[in-house]
Amino acid sequence: MSSSLFSRPAWIGIVVCTLLLALLPVLNLAFAPGHSLHVSTYTVALVGKFMCYAMAALALDLVWGYTGILSLGHGLFFALGGYAHGMYLMRAIGRDGVYQSHLPDFMVFLDWKEYPWYWAFTDNFWYCMALVVLVPGVLAFVFGYFAFRSRIKGVYFSIITQAMTFAFMLLFFRNDTGFGGNNGFTDFKRILGFTIPDAATKATLYLVTLLLLLGSLLLCRWIVSSKLGRVLQAVRDSESRLMFIGYNPLWFKLFVWTLSAVLCGIAGALYVPQVGIINPSEMSPANSIEMVIWAAVGGRGSLLGPIIGAFSVNGLKSWFTAAFPDLWLFALGLLFILVTLFMPQGILGLVKKLRKDREAA
Amino acid sequence: MKKLLVLIWLLAHSLGAMAAIDAALLAPLAGDDPDARIEAVNRIAALASDDAVKLLHALQNDALYAAPDGKVYIVEDDQAFDPASGQKVAMPDGIDGISVNNRLRGAVEDALSGLKLLSENRTERLAAASELQKSASAAQAPLINKALEKETDPEIKAMLQLVAATANLVSPDAALRLAAVKALATSSNASLKPVLLGMLEKNPDGSYAEPEETVRVEVVRTLSDLNARLARTEFVGNLFYGVSLGSVLLLAALGLAITFGLMGIINMAHGELLMIGAYTTYLCQLVFRNYFPLALDAYLLAALPAAFIVTATVGIVLERTVIRWLYGRPLETLLATWGISLMLMQLVRTIFGAQNVEVANPSWMSGGVTVMGSLVLSYNRIVIIFFALFVVAAVWAILNKTRLGLFVRAVTQNRRMADCVGVSTGRVDMMTFGLGSGIAGLGGVALSQLGNVGPDLGQGYIIDSFMVVVLGGVGQLAGTVIAAFGLGELNKFLEPSVGAVIAKITILVFIIIFIQKRPQGLFALKGRSVE
Repeated sequence: MSSSLFSRPAWIGIVVCTLLLALLPVLNLAFAPGHSLHVSTYTVALVGKFMCYAMAALALDLVWGYTGILSLGHGLFFALGGYAHGMYLMRAIGRDGVYQSHLPDFMVFLDWKEYPWYWAFTDNFWYCMALVVLVPGVLAFVFGYFAFRSRIKGVYFSIITQAMTFAFMLLFFRNDTGFGGNNGFTDFKRILGFTIPDAATKATLYLVTLLLLLGSLLLCRWIVSSKLGRVLQAVRDSESRLMFIGYNPLWFKLFVWTLSAVLCGIAGALYVPQVGIINPSEMSPANSIEMVIWAAVGGRGSLLGPIIGAFSVNGLKSWFTAAFPDLWLFALGLLFILVTLFMPQGILGLVKKLRKDREAA
Repeated sequence: MKKLLVLIWLLAHSLGAMAAIDAALLAPLAGDDPDARIEAVNRIAALASDDAVKLLHALQNDALYAAPDGKVYIVEDDQAFDPASGQKVAMPDGIDGISVNNRLRGAVEDALSGLKLLSENRTERLAAASELQKSASAAQAPLINKALEKETDPEIKAMLQLVAATANLVSPDAALRLAAVKALATSSNASLKPVLLGMLEKNPDGSYAEPEETVRVEVVRTLSDLNARLARTEFVGNLFYGVSLGSVLLLAALGLAITFGLMGIINMAHGELLMIGAYTTYLCQLVFRNYFPLALDAYLLAALPAAFIVTATVGIVLERTVIRWLYGRPLETLLATWGISLMLMQLVRTIFGAQNVEVANPSWMSGGVTVMGSLVLSYNRIVIIFFALFVVAAVWAILNKTRLGLFVRAVTQNRRMADCVGVSTGRVDMMTFGLGSGIAGLGGVALSQLGNVGPDLGQGYIIDSFMVVVLGGVGQLAGTVIAAFGLGELNKFLEPSVGAVIAKITILVFIIIFIQKRPQGLFALKGRSVE
């Protein structure tokens, strides 16, 4: 991999795509429905959601594609970030809930009188934003420290992350843990005083997501093309050799793993107000594996690949579930198999191969 | 017929020999005092004579009438009988039906069922005695005592002694109460606990509910005995359910121990192979129900080979088409097999629908044996425990005693060397994967007997199965067995105190910590997946 990482066409593509994406909410606001240049609110919301997914896939690529650690638990970090933000949104409802209590409806339902201790200060937006970063970050750090210290790797690590996600899902599904049980958090009304269903609020959320996605892409690029990134790739390619040279892979792995969890948490936090709900099914093992598929389809170890993968798989999913709802799982399953068998480098790898073939010809 | 007649005659004679119902007993029935009426019913029942039964039936069927002078008559088809003698009498003037309220009706029902204690039929007596164990009232004490005198069957007698003691707990006679409390020291009936605890409670005025100090001391002793016995029963119950859960985990994980443990393939479609096994069982049941309804109970035996063959075939097809291209790349097998699992699930959903299908236990697997009083071990769980052990033994035998097993071990330990000496490694891979899949199918048959059979069946077991294999140590049959039973026991002993979900989470945390200490699981082995 060249030190510049992205070629000139890739840079141009990034700039063009960013501008195009930024244009969508502008077109949505500027033109009335029915106008030929109008972009529907649905499309804007959909693309906003895809960008959150893309950010999660990017975070996953950092650990899987570059460091060789396959996580099947990124759905957990995504959901934890989402829940941390969801807590704020839940409290921002105020007394507008069904029961008109200062407590969220599901807590009224449980006959609770006060907020539990872990919900303290969550009426403060910035505190919740800190939680979005800290909760997935600290969990990933602690879990990673123990896992990497005892040199759990490869499939063992994957299976254990999956088990951890599963355990958290069971915990969050319970009503009495104070996370809304089955329904999770929903029925959000306002964020920082702005009404969420407003077109302007939605456009702002969308643009924030776009900026953060772009920011994380640049951050990841900076990391993987620095000396640190080289060590990470060395971990992926031959961890034992790296140890013999004198590096301790523990802290490198732990850093990238924690950073990836934080990015994923931020993606989840951006996802919640745009989709309007967060519930424990986000932590289901299937969701985490789907994230892996986004990265695999786009091409892992390339940063741009996962973003392309997240957009294309989810675009395909939106179209498929509307057109042939019964066939989507067949299509997704087949996609898994075909990509692993025939496109180990994903879409981006295919593009590179085609270009090489043309140059050779 | 003659014998029966003689029996009836003897019975009638023996009962008839007892005194007919005293008119003094009957008088309260016609009165207004509800307590007196109930007491009268119980005292009549204690007579345990034919006449008493007849009278209670009459009361139950609104056929009991009272004359203005307070005398009681049974009226059937406009003909009055004197209940005291059973003789026909002339219909007195102005008689009126005795009204029966719900409380009295309940007392009559209890009395009548209590009277079954005197039945000639042993099963009927046993049923009546165990019914009374649940609800014996002090009022029934005379009847129970009477039955106790006559009872010769030791099992029923022991039961009745406990029932009598329970009934005597509220007797006004302190000596009887003391004896009752002492007699109950050997009981293991959990429903006694609140009664005994109630005796130790204080009334609002500060006096004890049980006035006698000696009785209270005895109650405390009996309670601690009872608690110890209940704890023992619970312990044995947990032990059994733990073994049962362990055998389920073992059946679910055993196939995975071969495909993951020996071959290094992360088969995320393993759960779906279990599901296919369960659906094969369902199909076998359908076939038997439609074509061999007489031999329906045998469907499970037919399902075993069928499920093995079907899932092994599916496994072999998967191995030949997808998995064989991915050997040595475990993470890729994970992704591809996850795709396969999605497709299999959707396929089953398309064919059989998203709803669960009904798989019934064959009759020889329903019911259970009762041990230690309240603990019931159901036959289906017992059968599955033995089945799991049988499958383990079979797998061990295949791996250690057959030519295929030899090849499997050879390829696992050193693929290239095995290849060099002429082992067809590709064929061995295919057979090994087929074997692992077939065992998953057998697991599916067992699972179909315990829970719901639906398209999501596999998803519920896949993580547990991986946990078992990882904990047990890859490629180790003994490790898998110990891990499965260990996790099963751990789960069942945690569950009562913390609940099912927290127990599951605790176990996952435990495994994560355990892997810290032993990254290779309980037993480490060198295999294909080892660097």
